[in-house]
Amino acid sequence: MSGKVDVAVYVNGVMYARHVEPRMLLSDFLRHELGLTGTHVGCEHGVCGACTILLEGRSARSCLLLAVQVDGAEIETIEGQGSIDQLGRVQQAMRQHHGLQCGFCTPGFVMTITDILRNHDVRGETEIREALSGNICRCTGYEHIVNAVQELLSEQERAR
Amino acid sequence: MKPALLSYHCATSIEDAVAALAAAGGDGKIIAGGQSLMPMMNFRLVRPSVLVDINRIPGLDTITLRGNRLGVGALVRHRMTASDETIRSHIPILHGVMQHVAHLTVRNRGTFVGSLCHADPAAEMPMMTQFLNGTVHVAGPQGRRQVAVGDFITGSLTTDLASDEMVYEVDLDTFPEGTGWGFHEFARRHGDYALAAVAVTLEREAGVARRVRLAVMGLDDRSRRLAEVEAALEGEAPDAAVLDRALAALQANITPNGDLNASPEYRRHLANVLAKRAIADAWARAGERSRT
Ligand SMILES: Cc1cc2nc3c(=O)[nH]c(=O)nc-3n(C[C@H](O)[C@H](O)[C@H](O)COP(=O)(O)OP(=O)(O)OC[C@H]3O[C@@H](n4cnc5c(N)ncnc54)[C@H](O)[C@@H]3O)c2cc1C
Ligand code: FES
Ligand code: FES
Repeated sequence: MSGKVDVAVYVNGVMYARHVEPRMLLSDFLRHELGLTGTHVGCEHGVCGACTILLEGRSARSCLLLAVQVDGAEIETIEGQGSIDQLGRVQQAMRQHHGLQCGFCTPGFVMTITDILRNHDVRGETEIREALSGNICRCTGYEHIVNAVQELLSEQERAR
Repeated sequence: MKPALLSYHCATSIEDAVAALAAAGGDGKIIAGGQSLMPMMNFRLVRPSVLVDINRIPGLDTITLRGNRLGVGALVRHRMTASDETIRSHIPILHGVMQHVAHLTVRNRGTFVGSLCHADPAAEMPMMTQFLNGTVHVAGPQGRRQVAVGDFITGSLTTDLASDEMVYEVDLDTFPEGTGWGFHEFARRHGDYALAAVAVTLEREAGVARRVRLAVMGLDDRSRRLAEVEAALEGEAPDAAVLDRALAALQANITPNGDLNASPEYRRHLANVLAKRAIADAWARAGERSRT
């Protein structure tokens, strides 16, 4: 059998070092090794988007990465967005617009939306829907999530 | 599900990656973006003993214009191909096509070359590599070699690559200014694999189409150019009679498969609809000045 390997990553600015099997997925590493269970796991083949995190500031599927691949990297997860008492801006907008029901997909959406706001020039409803098309939600029908993003984008526009 | 894997090697150079593959004795796999390989590993459709990661090899993430060819390195992500200004001005059809590929998050990781090596018959990048007369640059234990894409892709999900070789670049045709292009595909949801797609480029000279290229995807077990359809359009203005002949040639040269999403008859129907739109767009765009 294989030897375990050392992995040290920064998650939401905190450094974690662990000794894990090379086959461990980043999603499982976050959940089982670090206890950061906000990152959800739906399909484990890249289709649903529930496991979306930010790797070096850009969104990535944590179920399609091995923990060992991100040794030394900066990861952001939903836990870094805010807390129950103090929601982050994207979380607030999702809440105000009823962008969630069961909430299973929400961490993935929030991380994708964060990538959109930071790195993409997205305009109008069609482009918003396209940018969100890699995240699946079985509850909301997307309408309210799109509204939340619309508000966040116009807020960002006004601040420019 | 979880992947089966014994060990992981983070390659520092092309030579280091090839050596690690050779040492694995046929049981190693390159990982680039992992957007096709990891799903297959999670399903245990693939169980390599060693995963050779090329993501930290320096210098592979570049797009380089050399004369009338454009080199795409093995770590050029879909996000870069979709937004690169050189591609936009010199291969506008590729810029257009990339807007249809996958979703924002998948594009952050997935690579052009990785898609080519995966050789999915429903993927845009292998189709475009054929459309653009791609040359595949391969490194192995014996040194480097170049393969024309027609010899590289040997079938659905299969290539000419040996188990100890890696691709470090692919280079592609660029087009003269004023070349018209059209690309249309049909997918169930934006960014999903398309059920069918058609790509066309042509130049317009003295009222007729010249240097016509046409490729299809999703209509057979591999995407490819269709010389018979190109010939039907070459030297003609695409009026109704010419279009009829071109579509007849198209239908005669495809054998679509049926699956969960579409019957063979529906794919044949899509082929005609998409080809008509792509040819019309290419004709309308030809002669336009796009380069500055
Ligand atoms: C939700 C989702 C939607 C998608 N939608 C689309 C779509 O609409 N259209 C589309 O075309 N694709 C789509 N894809 C697939 C995506 O484009 C992949 O990124 C791409 O097919 C593979 O590139 P990669 O860099 O991720 O390769 P990997 O997954 O890392 O590797 C794929 C294969 O190629 C081999 N390989 C990779 N790089 C090299 C190299 N340099 N040398 C030798 N071998 C190599 C690997 O060993 C493996 O066998 C989608 C994927 C997902 C998860
Ligand atoms: S769990 Fe990663 S995309 Fe579904
Ligand atoms: S809120 Fe239930 S899946 Fe999106």
